[in-house]
This record gives sequence, C-alpha cells and structure tokens, in this order.
Amino acid sequence: MKFFGRVSQEQIVFGLAALLCIGFAITLQGFLTPNNILNLIRSVSILGILGVAMGLVVIGRGIDLSLVSVMAISIAWTLQLATDGMSLPLALALGLTFALIVGMTNGFLIAYIEIPPIFATLAMGTLIYGFGRYFFFGLDVMYMPDDAHILTWFGQGVLFGVPVPIFLFAGVCFGAFLFLRYTKYGRYLRAVGDNQLAARITGVPTRPIVVLQYMLSSLIGFIAGIVTAASVSSMNTRVANSTFIYDVILVVVLGGIGLSGGRGGIRNVIVGTLLIGVLLNGMTIMDIQYTVQNVIKGVILLTAIVIDTILNPRDEQTAQQGDI
Amino acid sequence: MSVSETIVRWRYRFVPDHLVGEILSKNWIDNAIPLIFLMVVVTVFGSAIPDFFGAANIANLMRQWGEFSLLVLALTIVIVAGGIDLSVGSTFALGNIVALALLNVAEWSMPAVVAGTLAAGAFVGLINGVLVGYLRLRAFLTTLVTLIIVRAVVDMLLLNYSVKIAGSFIDSDEWYFLGEGSILGTPFSVVVTVSLAVILHLVLSRTRIGWHILAIGGSRRSAHNVGIPVRKVVCATYIVSGTLAALAGLLFASRLGGAGADTGIGLEITALTAAVVGGNSLGGGRGSAAKAIIGSITVMLMVNSLVRLGITSGANSLLLGLVLLLAVAIDVRWVKNRHKVLSNVYVSPTLAILPPAPATEAPSPYALNDGLNPVEQIGLNEIDGPEDVILDDDDHIYSGNRTGDIIKFFAPDYKKHEVYAHIGGRPLGMAFAHDGSLLVCVGGMGLYRVTKDREVEKVTDETNRSWFSVIDDSRLKLADDLDIAPDGRVFFSEATVRYEMHDWPVDCLESRGNGRIVCFDPNTGVTRTVMKNLLFPNGICMTHDSQSFLFAETWGCRISRYYFDGPKAGTVESVIPDLPGYPDNINRASDGTYWLALIGIRTPSLDLALKMPGFRKRMARRIAPDEWLYPNINSGCIVRFNEQGEILETLWDLGGENHPMITSMREHKGHLYIGGIFNNRIGRLKLEGADTNWTGPQSYRRQT
Repeated sequence: MKFFGRVSQEQIVFGLAALLCIGFAITLQGFLTPNNILNLIRSVSILGILGVAMGLVVIGRGIDLSLVSVMAISIAWTLQLATDGMSLPLALALGLTFALIVGMTNGFLIAYIEIPPIFATLAMGTLIYGFGRYFFFGLDVMYMPDDAHILTWFGQGVLFGVPVPIFLFAGVCFGAFLFLRYTKYGRYLRAVGDNQLAARITGVPTRPIVVLQYMLSSLIGFIAGIVTAASVSSMNTRVANSTFIYDVILVVVLGGIGLSGGRGGIRNVIVGTLLIGVLLNGMTIMDIQYTVQNVIKGVILLTAIVIDTILNPRDEQTAQQGDI
Repeated sequence: MSVSETIVRWRYRFVPDHLVGEILSKNWIDNAIPLIFLMVVVTVFGSAIPDFFGAANIANLMRQWGEFSLLVLALTIVIVAGGIDLSVGSTFALGNIVALALLNVAEWSMPAVVAGTLAAGAFVGLINGVLVGYLRLRAFLTTLVTLIIVRAVVDMLLLNYSVKIAGSFIDSDEWYFLGEGSILGTPFSVVVTVSLAVILHLVLSRTRIGWHILAIGGSRRSAHNVGIPVRKVVCATYIVSGTLAALAGLLFASRLGGAGADTGIGLEITALTAAVVGGNSLGGGRGSAAKAIIGSITVMLMVNSLVRLGITSGANSLLLGLVLLLAVAIDVRWVKNRHKVLSNVYVSPTLAILPPAPATEAPSPYALNDGLNPVEQIGLNEIDGPEDVILDDDDHIYSGNRTGDIIKFFAPDYKKHEVYAHIGGRPLGMAFAHDGSLLVCVGGMGLYRVTKDREVEKVTDETNRSWFSVIDDSRLKLADDLDIAPDGRVFFSEATVRYEMHDWPVDCLESRGNGRIVCFDPNTGVTRTVMKNLLFPNGICMTHDSQSFLFAETWGCRISRYYFDGPKAGTVESVIPDLPGYPDNINRASDGTYWLALIGIRTPSLDLALKMPGFRKRMARRIAPDEWLYPNINSGCIVRFNEQGEILETLWDLGGENHPMITSMREHKGHLYIGGIFNNRIGRLKLEGADTNWTGPQSYRRQT
C-alpha cells in the first residue's frame, strides 16, 4: 500500500504503457515506426474522445453506458437524413439535438427520479438503439452520402502531417480540461462527484449539474460519432450492442479516475487511452484472436477495478444504499 | 337532522377510509403493481394476437418460460442480497455449450454431464462471488466484465467444438427428457423452475440464511455489525446464481441441441428487466420468488408477443428499455415514498358526534370541588407511570411502570418498594385471580400472569382473526384493562387494533371504534373476541350479579353494561351515555357502587373537531403530529356511580397540586389508592365513612 501511496495510479499506468511500448518495440517488427505510432494514436483517438466524455461523468460520480448508443444512433440518423436529401448542417443539428435530448433524459432520470445511473443509462442505451432502429432507419450500417464528403476530412484528413482525429482528440481534451479546471460548473461537477450531499448543503445546484454532465457526455459522444463516421465513411449501429463501451470504461478506470467520483482529470484519460492504444495495437500486430483479445481486456479491466477498489475504498458514509 | 348531515353520516359509515392505509401497510402490496401490469400485458396481447390462449402456444411458451424464469430466479437471489449478476446471460450460454460438449465430445454419462455443467456455472459464480463478496468490488462492473470474459470463452469453445457437436447424434432418452419431457402434462423445465421457486420462497421467508440474505440487502453495514458473515453470504448468492444460470443453459441445450453464436446474447438485460418488473428492488432487501415469477411471465409474454406480431427487432429493445426504465423509476419512487404516503393516509378520521357534555358547576353532580386535596403521596418521583394500582390481602400495593416492571410497595407505610416482577411491554390494568396470582394486561404484549412465586407467564397474546379485516387483528396490540368473572373467565379490553401503545392518543383523532373486548377462558384455553368496534374500550368491572360487566369507552365518553350470561346474554345496555370527560378504569366501591376515573375532561374544541372528520384529516396530513389537536389527558377527576348510572360523588383536584392525571383508583380498607399513566406517584385518600374492612379481592371472593 505504501508503494501505491507514493506512486499514483496514473504514473503506474504511464510506466506500464512505456514498458509495453519498449517491449513491443523490441519484439515486434514495425511497431516503432512513425507511421505506426501516428496510426496507433489515430486509431485510439475515438476511444480517447469517448473516454473524455465518460471521464467527465465518472468524475461526477455517474457512469454513462448509453454513450456508444448515443454516438451510433445520433450519427446514423444524421447520415440517414442527409441521404434523404436534407442539407448537411441541418442534419447535423438534428442529430446533435437528438443526442442532447438523450443526455438530458439520462440526467433527468438520474438526478430527479433518482434512478441509479448505471441502470438509467443501461436501459437508455437499449431503448435508443431500439428507438433508432424502429423509427429512424432500417439498416444496420448507414453509409455516408456523396454530398457529405466534407465530413470525411474530420476522419481521414491530415494536417501538418498529423491525422485530423488526433487534433480533435487533443481539442476535446483541452476543452474538457478548461471546463473542469477553470469554469464554475466544472468545479461544481467535481464537488458533486466528491460528495453530493455536502455539495447540496453548500448550495451547489446538484441536480442541474448532474443533468449537465450527461448532456456534455452526449455532446462529446456526438463529436466522437462524427469522427467515427468520417473515418470509415459509414456508421455501423451494431457497435451499440458490442463491448465497445467497456473499452471506454477501461480507459477511464485504467487511467486512474476513481469510480467513486471526484477524483482524477483529463490527464488520466490520455494516459489510459495510450495504454489501451498500445495494447490493442500490439495485440493486433501479434495477430491475437479477437475473442482472446476480449479475454485479455476483460482480465485487465478486472485488475484495474480491483486496484481501483483498493486505492479508492468506497466511502461507506456517503455511499448510497443500492449504489452497486 | 339536516340532509347534508345525513349525507356526511352515511358517507363515513359506508366508505372505509381506513382501508387505504391498512392496505398500504401490508407487505403483499409490493406485488400488486407488477400483478396488475401482468394482467394488462395479458389483456393487450391476448386481444391483439389470435390464438394467444391456444394450447400449442401456451405449451411452447411454458417450456421457454421455464428456462428464462430460472435466469430471473438466479438474478433475483443476487439482487435481494444487494448485488447484481449480469453474467447470467453468458453463463447460460456457457452451460449450453459445456453440456453439449461434455455429452457429444467427451461422451460423459448423463449424471456426469449434469454435474459438470452445474459445476461450470458454479465456478463462474464463485469467481463473481470472490470478487464481489470478498474483494468488495462493484457488482455491476465486475459482472459486466465476467460477462465479456465468459462470452469470449464460449466463443472459443464454439470455434473448437461446434462442428463436432453438430455432427454427432445423441442416443439418450434421459437427455431428451430434460428438454422435451413432461411430468403430468407439465414441461420438465417448468416443473424444475416451479419447485426451485418454491424452495427459494421458503428459503427467503423461513430460513436463517434467507433472512441473512435479506438483511444484507437491506443494509450491508448493519448486517455486518450484527455479526452476519456478509462476505460469505454474498459470495454464496453468486454461486447459486451461476449454478441456476448453467441449469437453464442445460435445459436449453437439451431442447434445441445446437450451439449458436448468439445463444444468450442480451439475455441479461431481459432477465434484469423481468426481475425489476416483478418488483424486486435494485439495491436489495426487497424481493421474492413470487416477484421473480410474475416479472418473468410478464417480460416473456411481451417479448414473444412482439415476435409473433412480426414487429422488427428494434421495437423489442425499445420496449425492453422503456419497461426497464419505467419499472426502475416506479421502484425507486415507491420505495422512497411508500412510507410517506402511508403516514399521510394511515390516520383516517371518521364522524363522531358526542352527546353534549354535562356542566361541571353546581348544581351538576360533577360540580368542581377540592376533594382530592388531602391526598397523600406514595413513591413520589420513584415510580414512573402507574396506570393501575392494586392491593393484596396484606395491604401491599402493586403497580406497573413505564419500563415494564411490576413494582411492589410494602405496607404499612409504603416507604419501601421493590421490583416484584419484570414483564416488559407496558403493564396496564391488573386483577388478582382466585388462586392469588396477578393477571396483568400488558400493552404491546397481551395478557400475562405473575404467579405467587413471582414467575411471569403468558396467558394469551392472540385472539381469533376477523374474516374481513385487512390488518392482522389476531395479535393483541393494546390490552388495556381486565376483570375476572366468577367462573374464572377473563374479560379484557383491547383499546385499539390500529395503533401501537405509544400512539394511543392518535386513536382519538379517528374515533372510529377500533377497540374490542376479548374473553380468555382458562377452562378451554381459548381466546375469543366478544365485542368489536368499540371506541377505545378501557376500564372493565364485574357487576354484583355475576352475569354482566361494566365497561368504559374512552373516546365515546360513556359507560355501558354487557351481559355475558343469564337471560340477557349478549346484550349491551347504556349506563352513563354522556360523561363530561374521558373514562378510564372502573372498580368496585365498598358500598356496592363503582369508582370511575376520568382521565381528562372534554374540551369544546375537540368535541367540535370530532364532528368534522375532514378537518381532522387535513390536520393529520398537513401538520406535524406534535401540533395535532389531542384530547386533554392531563387533569381529570374521580366519579362514584351506581348501576343505574346515577352520579353519587365527584372528587376533583382543583389546583392540580396533589393528584392530577388519574387513570385508576382502588378502594381498600377505607382508603382510595389512585394511579395515573403519566403520573409520578400513587395517591392515597382517606374515605370518610367507608367500610374499613372492605377489600376488593374479598368482594370478588364472596361471589364465588
């Protein structure tokens, strides 16, 4: 414990990522080429953007399991609208509105009806996937229409020799960092996550803050969706049912943002993303079977949660009954 | 009587307001909403789908339901203990593939296959249990991860064995019996599930481990503090859950015989929805097998009906998500607000019109005087709340107190006292039985006896249950006063069946008549309710004819006479219909008349309020109990009356100095001994011209 006390989880993870990097660089051919490194970061930038969204929510002592669904469905609807002939800005605006409404509903259910976040967002993810499939489009995969190809720059473009998604990832990180560090509401968010009752007593509007945090997560999810759709010129809505959301949680928890809220920051998300990026990239280069990758990721996530539980023991005084 | 008054009268006579609160206070009300929802689902889909109730459809559904319901039961056990197990879907798939692989590839025998499959499920449960129970990880995330890992393992097994499984043929009747056999026309899976549900119900409601599980779900910390092995029990719930999920997979394997990649995908959401729709609280402490069954039927019907209606798969998850959200929302609000609603509606006042109160000025027989001024004080500040006092043949005083003891004050000077017996509860009325033992009505406990050897024995604590009462009125909540008939039968009053001892003045706000008089017959040992719907029956005293007793109804301000024997058996006569105060205990006087304690004097404001039930209802809902309008129970008097209802004497304490607050009095050898439930002393008043040899027990003994 003393060891952990002196070295933060963030540093451990960063060290681990560096070790892995060195290991892969030595053992794997073509790992340490500039191309592969850029490719690595580019491939995890979507995961990173989603990680920022999840990180904000987790800092506010919540969790957003509907994040990937929001991303997939809102963008798929946008693409559908654009395919049907609507102008791209309007389609984007509608998609964004949909995402924000979902976020607001999440926040409302959690803050005002007091449903545990884990259930509210789990049910919401299932619900909006079904909603989109039933009302918005009939196909699993939505392709990008021809006149929307300006968008692909966000996913496939290159700026100063660096892929655009990396800039977007950096931009989102920087924005979230400024929000958390320098705005009133960012500080409120951390206060609510640290101890909701205390925050309420001191006059923080805790319920609106919770709603805000889920709307923010939906907004960032929508941005991640644009990048995803732009990268592959399509949006596969099946991703909503996949285990992608657990990768996002993995990023956040590995990076050292405690699930009990109030701890951590954007740096943790970046570190977590790097480790996962290196890991996924390495495993892909080694050609490890997808299911085995899942097992490995699962075991790592479990280990991360165990370490998180040991480092940030749940506070019995402020833990709510039924907080599972 | 005006028309509007008549309407009000009939409205309060025939609309049972009190039932709302009583129904809300029952445990089974938790099941009501899920059950109604189930009926709605059956009605809607039953009318939308032709042949919904056809035999083929039902048989097909039941077999699927058997497997699905096992998963819901598995999840319920974990949820009740305050956790959650999302890995049931994957474990189900694991059970399926393991069973098929063991049977087809490893070619094990049937019992070995069953054992192996269950062991595989139990192993997954053990991992969950160790992580959540012992390492105290978050159940939701942990089981999510095991869900992914087990799913990946299933996929690997599928890759390796699915061809072999598909290629082999199983020649085993026992194997097919699991999936397709029937017992007495019921599918095997249904038989298994129903028997497991019954076992689960019995375990949760009747056994130590079940209570431990519920306690942990209710409050993990408190459970730990009272010494329940929390970690072990939590771990055990996951093991059971894993085993049940694997069992469901085994049944599924036998029914379909194939291993597909999509087996059990998303099943955890469906099972979770079912568990919550049934009314099991997320977060634990509240849940049952019955709820799991109700929920599983509801969700099963919904999902299957959508498929049969030919609606696309999107609608399915849309509906599941909606129902899950709705169910959790209702559950959260219900748990949070139920007791609030209950405390708002439980007090349900009704119309009570008292006869006009007689004056307390001369020439009224109740005219004020200072008759209690010369009272001597016994045990001042040494006794807390002597509701009743009684004296034995050796002149010792016995009295109950607030902490559940019977205190004995020693004659002749009553300076010394001792705890004669400790009963617990709140000792109220007392009487000496013919064998010299002391019978005591104990509020909150029932009728007790203290033998001459100072041993405390329960005489009775229950009576017959009324057929149509919602609350269980077989328990005695507030036994108040008693008297013993010459043949040994004990008649005692139970003031109210709707309130506990500490809430007794609230019963006045209702004035419905929640009390009753109960008879215990020592010859047969049977306790029977004699009279019901009395307005807080309190004092009881045998008359001298050995056929009847007098009883006081406190909130009714009246004395009546009930004949239990003789030609008028079963009839009630009014003796004093209009008292100026609230009567409490009645006891015999030396000259053949009766002493009556008035606990407090009526006030015009409360008399008026009693005529206005709506007012009292609003009062009970809107303001804190401390601010309610309560009856005056601070200053009363003692009244002597005869069987004709004539008031012969009244004793007041004008300044409230020596003995205000009177609930009981006993005449003994020319003195009157006075007790009061909120008093801190026993009073002793010398009676001029009374028979100085007369004692209560003698008076009763002469009759037998």
